[in-house]
Amino acid sequence: MDYSQFLVMKQELAVLVVFLLVFLYDTFMPRGAGKALPAFTTVLLLLATAAGFCPDCLGSSCSAEAFAGMYATSPIISAIKNILNIGAVIVLIQSVSWAGSDDMRIRRGEFYELLLVTLFGMYLMISARHFLLFVIGLECASLPLAAMVAFDKSRYESNEAAVKYILTAVFSSAVFMMGLSFVYALGGSLYFSDLYLAMAGGGISLMLVLAIAFVIAGMGFKLSLVPFHLWTADVYQGAPTSVTSYLSVISKGSAAFAFLVIMAQVFGTCYAEVWEWMLYAIIIVTITVGNLFAMRQNNMKRFLAFSSISQAGYIMLGVIGFNTMSMAAMMYYILVYIFSNLAAFGVIGAIERATGKIDMSDYCGLSKTNPRLALCMMLAMFSLAGIPPFAGFFSKFFIFTGAINQGSVAIYVLVLIALINTIISLYYYLLVVKAMYINPDKPVVQPFKSTCSERLGLWITVAGILLLGLASCVYTWLLNTSFLSNFAAYLM
Amino acid sequence: MDATLPILILAIPLGMFLVLGLAGCKMSHKMAGVLGCLGMGTTLVLAYTTAFTYFFSGSPEFVNAAGERLQAVIFNHTWLAFTDKLVIRLGFLLDPISAMMLVVITTISFMVHLYSMGYMRDHHGVYERGFQRFYAFLSLFSFSMLGLVVATNIFQMYIFWELVGASSYLLIGFYYVKPSAVSASKKAFIVTRFADLGFLIGILILSYYTGTFNFTELTSAPVEGMADVFNVSETTALSVKSIFESSATPVFLGGSVLTWALVLIFMGGMGKSAMLPLHIWLPDAMEGPTPVSALIHAATMVVAGVYLVARLFPLYLMEVTALEFVTWVGAFTALYAAIVACTQIDIKRVLAFSTISQIAFMMVSLGVARPEFHHGLGYMASMFHLFTHAMFKALLFLGAGALIHAIGSNDYTAMHGLRKYMPVTHWTFLIGCLAIAGIIPFSGFFSKDEILSSCLGNSTFIYIWMSLVAGLTAFYMFRLYYLIFWWKEHKIPEGHHAPHDQPWTMSLPLVILAAISLVAGFIPFGKFVTWNGHPYDFMAHFDWSVAAVSLCVAIVAIVLATAMYRKENPLPDKFRAALPRLWEWAHHRFYWDELYLFITHKIIFDRICRPIAWFDRHIIDGTMDAFATVTHAASRAIRPLQSGQVQLYVWWYLLGALALGGITMLCLL
Repeated sequence: MDYSQFLVMKQELAVLVVFLLVFLYDTFMPRGAGKALPAFTTVLLLLATAAGFCPDCLGSSCSAEAFAGMYATSPIISAIKNILNIGAVIVLIQSVSWAGSDDMRIRRGEFYELLLVTLFGMYLMISARHFLLFVIGLECASLPLAAMVAFDKSRYESNEAAVKYILTAVFSSAVFMMGLSFVYALGGSLYFSDLYLAMAGGGISLMLVLAIAFVIAGMGFKLSLVPFHLWTADVYQGAPTSVTSYLSVISKGSAAFAFLVIMAQVFGTCYAEVWEWMLYAIIIVTITVGNLFAMRQNNMKRFLAFSSISQAGYIMLGVIGFNTMSMAAMMYYILVYIFSNLAAFGVIGAIERATGKIDMSDYCGLSKTNPRLALCMMLAMFSLAGIPPFAGFFSKFFIFTGAINQGSVAIYVLVLIALINTIISLYYYLLVVKAMYINPDKPVVQPFKSTCSERLGLWITVAGILLLGLASCVYTWLLNTSFLSNFAAYLM
Repeated sequence: MDATLPILILAIPLGMFLVLGLAGCKMSHKMAGVLGCLGMGTTLVLAYTTAFTYFFSGSPEFVNAAGERLQAVIFNHTWLAFTDKLVIRLGFLLDPISAMMLVVITTISFMVHLYSMGYMRDHHGVYERGFQRFYAFLSLFSFSMLGLVVATNIFQMYIFWELVGASSYLLIGFYYVKPSAVSASKKAFIVTRFADLGFLIGILILSYYTGTFNFTELTSAPVEGMADVFNVSETTALSVKSIFESSATPVFLGGSVLTWALVLIFMGGMGKSAMLPLHIWLPDAMEGPTPVSALIHAATMVVAGVYLVARLFPLYLMEVTALEFVTWVGAFTALYAAIVACTQIDIKRVLAFSTISQIAFMMVSLGVARPEFHHGLGYMASMFHLFTHAMFKALLFLGAGALIHAIGSNDYTAMHGLRKYMPVTHWTFLIGCLAIAGIIPFSGFFSKDEILSSCLGNSTFIYIWMSLVAGLTAFYMFRLYYLIFWWKEHKIPEGHHAPHDQPWTMSLPLVILAAISLVAGFIPFGKFVTWNGHPYDFMAHFDWSVAAVSLCVAIVAIVLATAMYRKENPLPDKFRAALPRLWEWAHHRFYWDELYLFITHKIIFDRICRPIAWFDRHIIDGTMDAFATVTHAASRAIRPLQSGQVQLYVWWYLLGALALGGITMLCLL
């Protein structure tokens, strides 16, 4: 075996190195040094992220394969990994105050180790070109998350959430495996490219349709698409806020891209009519049901859970568009979504840490007591709702344009429904703003000072919300990268 | 040319706006003012360097072997690419007129920044409330105006055009506790926005047929490898024209598509430059602080319309109908505003109408410019007048500001006989009046003379018309001058101190601008700014007979004004009695505002808006309410789905997956 092919996996190796260093630090450093662990991990991952942007260092500037084609990388793949890295760094920055607290003393190392392992798993998922590797990545990204959800082990909700998460995850894995075994039965291989060729001439059979449906269901769990989403709200609510934010952006973003790769490479254009119609139905239901539930929530984390369900529906528009532009738009959407959602979670996390309040009704009058936090929250809500000139507007605009480029009448109808849903979503996002700025109730949350790390996290996310849309170069870069990666090669 | 300087020219004012706007309340008033002045001063130096490099470096980027000045695109960043053709770019275009505008804007803006340090405080030296906000808005305006003139494409121009309008709105309404200021800012915004609607439609028509937004492609020959040649060769002019004349492009209401596009674009210019009938906002805009009037409503923003026509001049040349439209709008506006200016008693209103009239001069000059007459003399004259007018009108406004600051009123019946108390203001104001009246050797004489020469080259009728307006100009300016500085003196009441000259921050800009107005006429403008970049000798086109006639007209008008207003005498009342109807109409600005009020309130609001409002309130809102009710009901109905029981979740999951496969299978079979 040629060990030099490990070098193709530069970004995975970088995360692995960070993981090992954190592990060593956590294990061998004296107990007092544990206080510095959050900062240590954040800086290391930041270095790995920065290195990923440098093409000669870690980021692959060209396409390459390893391990007999089980693993592949290309500029667009290293771009999505960079995006996820950025998101993970922000999550880490926001979690510094939480992880640095005293009751986390003996556990904080585990939090970071588990998080880095899941990140590694997600990378494998994205780069896998063989279902074996894919499943390893998938489980690597799923199972540690259950432990992370249960991190507040003394809290009842946290345990409940973990149980719900692990049970649903196991079940969804089973369904997914079932789908894979159907696929194997049809194609006789687990390589994406072999499967595509083997299945191309097969015609549509019940087994094929069920295989596609089960694969979609399996990924739908990770993406929390309706009706595979029911765990989401309970888990988001019960998990520690840092874990919730990680689940809602990084886990979702990686799954979305992996999903696009599977659909494009395994089922491809031949069966596009099958899976596109399935997705079509799922997108409509996801966006609508997510919105309908989000309207009624009072708990902010639950509220963002449903909002993230409907956002996942918008992200899926990038898959159904199935062209270079929609792929770039999807990545841009994920990037913007990371910043907007993390801004919201940053505010929620800060308020929860300082006061323990987590309900929307507690946010009444926040603009008077904590005007800056209220401003951040408002910008995050505006961006999530897609109000110009914030980044969320541009990401929605591009993802709609990308989808419409596909050109069929059905897509126009789909985009129209998605547009109507943005109006519904505007209603509940503005509910938060209304609570903070307009409701006359006595402020519940008293003025408090947020910590440095919380402020840094909010500064970064707010800067992203304000600048990502106006600085066109980000989207242009993604578009060029996806052209470079030659989307046609995905369709084979 | 390196892109650093141009980027800084735009970035510094924008950065100043952000700093002063976000952190202004944290710093002292003085700090904010000094910071604003420093920022603008730096921009001024950079802009001068850029313009100097453009005009004098002789680099092949800016001037070709034949000595013709070229358009240079310093940078052109693609901001948003919707499709291959629908691309919005933000860039920096350097050509004779944009370089000239850089100089004008930064000069006036710096003077105003400096002047406001003295003006925006009361007699005890206490700064006005919102002083930092004022400087932030000034910076925003400077940024927008600079972005407008250097736009590489018409869409960028439109973006900055709107930004300029917004900052003008903010500055007119600076005293937002004063109801008149609030309504004036609203009026300015609505009227110019209405005009910009035409502008936008014009842009869309033009770019739809030509497939480009870029000025270089719209107005010049796309020669291989030399895309930015400024020359409009005969062949390309024909090719763009042929786009519009081919059978594929329709004729609408008797005008070709190009005519409509150009007239609609000009409508945007009419709004910003306050041409008849969209002029009504400018006199009211005088509610803003006086330095703002000097900067925005005299020297820079209001000439944006002229700049727009100049920028697209090669296109206008293809469609003489549109140019004639420009001419006549300008001619009527010039006469109208000059007549009204003779009867106003508010010093700033007189200057406002004078501005309208002078901008109309520039419009007429562009309208009558033809390449066959002295290399398109009118184009050069228009730009020349833009330059000189910016200087002397800013001078007059800042002078008026000094008077208002000293007296505390806009009304010149409260002034009279101030020449002894405020000598600096008096002398600089006199220089401004002489310049605008067109007395040799002040700058206005030369530029106005060029305009009249080019009018004569086009039609004698226009020439006589505009000469008459020039005479009126001299008359009302000297009426204003005598009524402020001569007439009868007011007695200073016991216990009050006499009005006096202002602090140096206010005097210095006056003196500098007066000096510029004194000598600017001798700039050989033809060497720098011509319609096709081909320089020519200025004096070769100087028509001494026209000059003599206009000088005589001006002197007669001044003599008349002296006779009537130097001392208190019954002559003005006699004139008024002789033409009571005309005086009444002119005093009420020919009832334009009343006409607008009638149309908007009685016709549009009552007859059109009310039924629409009913429709909106009942039908549209009803539909929306129904949607909301349905949504809420649906939201309530599906609540049980989220039961909290994990075994049900799994059932739903499995059912969902099976249903997905099953239904798809059924559909495909």
